[in-house]
Amino acid sequence: MNVQTEIRDLTNQEYKYGFVTDLETDVVPRGLNENVIRLISAKKNEPEWMLDGRLRAYRHWLTLEEPRWQNVHYGPIDYQDIIYYAAPKPKTAGPKSLDEVDPEMVAMFNKLGISLAEQERLSGIAVDAIVDSVSVGTTFKKKLAEVGVIFCSFSEAVQDHPDLVKKYLGSVVPYTDNYFATLNSAVFTDGSFCFIPKGVRCPMELSTYFRINAADTGQFERTLIIAEDAAYVSYLEGCTAPIRDKNQLHAAVVELVALEGAQIKYSTVQNWYPGDKDGKGGIYNFVTKRGKCAGANSKISWTQVETGSAITWKYPSVILQGDNSVGEFHSVALTNNRQQADTGTKMIHIGKNTRSTILSKGISAGRGQNTYRGLVKILKSASGARNHTQCDSLLLGDQCGAHTFPYVEVKNPTAKVEHEASTSKIGEDQLFYCQQRGIRQEDAVSMIVNGFCREVFKELPMEFAVEAQKLLGVSLEGCVG
Amino acid sequence: MLDIKDLHAKVLGREILRGISLQVNAGEVHAIMGPNGSGKSTLAQVLAGRDGYDVTGEVLYKGKNLLAMSPEDRAVAGVFLAFQYPIEIPGVGNLYFLRTALNAVRKQRGLEDLDAMDFLAHAKERMKLVEMDQSFMTRSVNEGFSGGEKKRNEIFQMAILEPKLAILDETDSGLDIDALRVVAAGVNALRSKDRAMLVITHYQRLLDYIVPDHVHVIASGRIVKSGTKDLALELEKHGYTELEQQLPARPSPALGGAL
Repeated sequence: MNVQTEIRDLTNQEYKYGFVTDLETDVVPRGLNENVIRLISAKKNEPEWMLDGRLRAYRHWLTLEEPRWQNVHYGPIDYQDIIYYAAPKPKTAGPKSLDEVDPEMVAMFNKLGISLAEQERLSGIAVDAIVDSVSVGTTFKKKLAEVGVIFCSFSEAVQDHPDLVKKYLGSVVPYTDNYFATLNSAVFTDGSFCFIPKGVRCPMELSTYFRINAADTGQFERTLIIAEDAAYVSYLEGCTAPIRDKNQLHAAVVELVALEGAQIKYSTVQNWYPGDKDGKGGIYNFVTKRGKCAGANSKISWTQVETGSAITWKYPSVILQGDNSVGEFHSVALTNNRQQADTGTKMIHIGKNTRSTILSKGISAGRGQNTYRGLVKILKSASGARNHTQCDSLLLGDQCGAHTFPYVEVKNPTAKVEHEASTSKIGEDQLFYCQQRGIRQEDAVSMIVNGFCREVFKELPMEFAVEAQKLLGVSLEGCVG
Repeated sequence: MLDIKDLHAKVLGREILRGISLQVNAGEVHAIMGPNGSGKSTLAQVLAGRDGYDVTGEVLYKGKNLLAMSPEDRAVAGVFLAFQYPIEIPGVGNLYFLRTALNAVRKQRGLEDLDAMDFLAHAKERMKLVEMDQSFMTRSVNEGFSGGEKKRNEIFQMAILEPKLAILDETDSGLDIDALRVVAAGVNALRSKDRAMLVITHYQRLLDYIVPDHVHVIASGRIVKSGTKDLALELEKHGYTELEQQLPARPSPALGGAL
């Protein structure tokens, strides 16, 4: 028996979402300059203040240098060789309704397992479907509007709810935040916008499905979720891209705002094309995600399952500003072949008695390199703050790597911070034990990997937990329940 | 059932089994005794198909060449090893693990998969054999189990999987007398005319509870004496040292005891 071979077989399952759909696409000229930004803004029929914001970000970006402190390695990115806007051409003019979505687009989403037909959806999930730079349709908008929930594409929000966008855009991730967030602020094209008014518990899961289809484009989406006092929302995000030899850049920004007593649960299953086994192609996933617990007793919870992308660089974070607010981060990151991930979180404790939990599970296979990087910062004002961090790494094989960089800054003596970490190799003993019970080796490997991730998977909504397990090459029964 | 002929096993060039021959028939319980490092556990591991041994000789199981089979094929064919040190698998539910194992065995026997409900009923009934608490089922495989709980879990698994040949590797080690009684009662309940057992132990104590049909003593990788259960009592009285001294040709000191 050879563990290496089995792990290879398990982890080398073919990328199922690598197809390209032949869509007629409207693109802007390759490269980045003020004219391109003006063109994007004009295509989206944006108000003046939006264009001003973009240009301000762009000018700031020109003064920045690409960060290289992260524990990942890649060649230079030619920002002039990227197409910053690519939109599938609508076949009908005028306002889109779901019935008017291009049938080819509907077929593409069906192929991805996402139904855009409301009546066909069993699970009560509203979907905003985004292809390349634009949203092509959002389901259940009317039903959600009945309870006052706004769920639409970012572009629509700019047109229909400018005051909300103006108030919250950049309030958590300012345009000056970091190189990629600044770039996003200049060129972002679409994304989802969710607003849950005071006291409303969103009656269904909201989700956005991101699909990169066009070649040589970058996807720069922007998501903004606002939960007013005592509101609740669970939001899911999924992503895939075609197989291509060339790397594609995905630089998104996600901002969450939770007001007093509000709760936002944000789950991601990231399955961008990871590149081939020699590391050719794949998505550069450089993402800034941050939530602000602005009100007292609010809660923001991030759960992510990162299996795709050639390089993942993201730290979904929480600013715990309101007293007694709670931040959570649950993560599974899998790197295989030549994939690299540098991911983790930041928990910034400002309010009193704020609590945060970090649970990170890194799995490395092949020549994958997996880094956990986390910051727990407890400010002077955060008396009684508590954090618990647990970082576990699982190595499959002997050519991969796991790295951990936990940073802790405590400025208040009443704070309690705990950190636990472990690194284990998938054991010959464990495998033999399973085999001796009649379980085939490949099933045993996935069973053990799944068991390792269980604590994170149980944080995912049911449908996503299923998808996540499948992604790790595992049947449903292993870990749910 | 099991026919072992001149079995040798080496690990990293060192010979641990030095020509074991043994016949076990259905319905029989054979005790394998011997001092530490005599090769008892290696015999168990080699029979179960553990990787890393350089094995020569012949082992026929129900007339088939056991040594040519993968560990999982041996398992589904009815060979069960109760581990001396049961392995923890964090995050994998005990019950799920066992159901997967049972369905693998059932598949081999041409039976339908048991669904979760049927399996649960079956498991609950079997748990009584080893007086296991229901909370065992929801816990992860062996994770956080005490030594005694782990051993009970092994016998519980055996009760579920209903093997044809059960190899119990030092199932008594680390058990207090009450736990030993429970585990032994579980094993005895599983004795049957079509099941054979190899009970590996260092101490005679276990054999007060699980009374063997045959007792074999292994020293330095060979069976040096075989007899009835009285042999075990004799050993208890005189220890292994005397017996080892009777050996005509002792292996070089470097090999004795080191493994």
